[in-house]
Amino acid sequence: MSIKNLDITFKTNAGNIHAIRGVNFDLPRGKTVALVGESGSGKSVTMKAVTGLLDSNCIINSGNIFYNGVDLLTLSKKDLRQKINGQQIAMVFQDPMTSLDPTMTIGAQIMEGMLLHQKISKSDAEKKALELLNLVGIIDAEKRMKNYPHQLSGGMRQRVVIAIALSCEAKVLICDEPTTALDVTIQAKILNLIKDIQAQMGLSVIYITHDLGVVAKVADFVNVMYAGKIIETGTVDEIFYDPRHPYTWGLLSAMPDLETDDARLYSIPGSPPNLLHEPTGDAFAARNQFAMKIDEKAAPPMFQITETHFAATWLLHPDAPKIELPPELKARLERSRKAAFLGDKA
Amino acid sequence: MALLKVINLRQHFKISRSFTVKAVNGVTFEINAGETYGLVGESGSGKTTIGRSIIRLYNPTEGKVFFDGKKISGNLDAATNKMLRQNMQMIFQDPMSSLNPRKKVGDIIAEGLDIHKLYKNLKERQEIIAEILKKVGLSPAHAERYPQQFSGGQRQRVGIARALVMNPKLIIADECISALDVSIQAQVVNLMKDIQDETKCAYLFIAHDLSMVKYISDRIGVLHKGYLVETGTTQEIFSNPAHPYTQSLLSAVPQPNPRVEKNRTLLTYNAENVNYESCTMQQLSDTHFVLT
Repeated sequence: MSIKNLDITFKTNAGNIHAIRGVNFDLPRGKTVALVGESGSGKSVTMKAVTGLLDSNCIINSGNIFYNGVDLLTLSKKDLRQKINGQQIAMVFQDPMTSLDPTMTIGAQIMEGMLLHQKISKSDAEKKALELLNLVGIIDAEKRMKNYPHQLSGGMRQRVVIAIALSCEAKVLICDEPTTALDVTIQAKILNLIKDIQAQMGLSVIYITHDLGVVAKVADFVNVMYAGKIIETGTVDEIFYDPRHPYTWGLLSAMPDLETDDARLYSIPGSPPNLLHEPTGDAFAARNQFAMKIDEKAAPPMFQITETHFAATWLLHPDAPKIELPPELKARLERSRKAAFLGDKA
Repeated sequence: MALLKVINLRQHFKISRSFTVKAVNGVTFEINAGETYGLVGESGSGKTTIGRSIIRLYNPTEGKVFFDGKKISGNLDAATNKMLRQNMQMIFQDPMSSLNPRKKVGDIIAEGLDIHKLYKNLKERQEIIAEILKKVGLSPAHAERYPQQFSGGQRQRVGIARALVMNPKLIIADECISALDVSIQAQVVNLMKDIQDETKCAYLFIAHDLSMVKYISDRIGVLHKGYLVETGTTQEIFSNPAHPYTQSLLSAVPQPNPRVEKNRTLLTYNAENVNYESCTMQQLSDTHFVLT
């Protein structure tokens, strides 16, 4: 799957909100890509465009979303629903409490998609639903089929949601903050589960999250989003051990790792820009301690660092002054590199 | 002397004649003046219930709570009640739903002042509001606005201002940053630390995000199924966790370091056969206790 130059505007009573301002990224087959950013940075909107779930006040100004060579944006809603959603691309939503139907049994919800999309008899569907429940690690699957969502715990419900997503043999799984509503121990289990299933079935996975710990655990490639744009992209190692964009620096420093002992936590000053008023120049300039004059005039293009690593900041321009990383961040990057290499040897 | 003493607190909720939820079972801990005590545990472990029992939103089934040397559980006389309401405040989880949308921010903040009549005239009331707004990083002009005109981080600042205006000795912060974005979380946590340095108030910091808890707390208590399974200084809990549940909890914290993270193994802890009721607290050091 490949997203090219996506540009989306929302029409609201207050005016037009330019939510996505040119997003490009690829999802290689069998790999995991993470979209990281604050709320309002456009990560969920991008994914809604992929699944055709955008609200009616949304206008797609330009862009293509290619999936196996087909541009999803040119398909009708009906085609999208009948051929793509569920069968090719499936979604796991954030909150398992609200994404399941409280009036249907678990079994009926898993079978619903299969019976609609595939020519399959009810007893076969039932058999397959049982298999899926076993696959996602639900004990006593036969009994659970007849349960309603409220009879399950949060972690169990998220497992059921994953089973539903897998029911029509989708090739791409989009996980929108799949574990934010869950406890750490259960979160770790669900992430491991998704990873195992991915390896078994050769899925490609897109994670939408703001938790960098989760990203470190699951992702192969990372896209950092800010104000409707991808501002840094690279492999997970490049983003975590050699970040180049000041916003990525801020995100990394704002999250204490277990070794942080600093008296104060670094926080990115200010709050994200209001996209009602389109920012001129670099959208991050107002919150950037390294901002230069050019940041106010023109938005930086993507500068290439390695074959896979790109960042949109004027600091990478050959004429830009060399800047010194903040000491805490420097110490932290060194610490994490060190830990990583020790971990490799072990 | 400890500012808050919780002794053998039990909180049970009777659901029906035959079914009782035992949310908190015999929890004992202390908070000293000016320190931050972090309570961690999975959902359903009783951490929120403890906070609510302390501030008297629930009536404890058993056990005693002492604040500043005075008993504050059970029936209170008017004077103790008044003292308690002024000295103990709470910051709630969701700043979207914990602020009254029909009141101006200034009036929300001043509600406690109005009730306890802590100002002489309206001018003084305004001054107090302006000062507290500045302290939490908002501007005095914000007092005339309504909560929905603020962003999430700003609203949580209003929640903190409302708690601070009474100049409390103890603030119970129940998951007060989990609804906020990462960069905003850091701002709010820094603010809480600054305020503590200035006013010497104590925090009971309830959260499930262990890395934040480690960052802000002096001492930590780990809850599981309504029992306090381990308590100690932050250093002791993180570098030398004794209880298997604490160990499994720590192994599950995601770390922003991909190579380390991908090689980690998750410790699982099966507590089905453990009967905490027959366990006793063992002392490992002056401050470190574990339930075995």
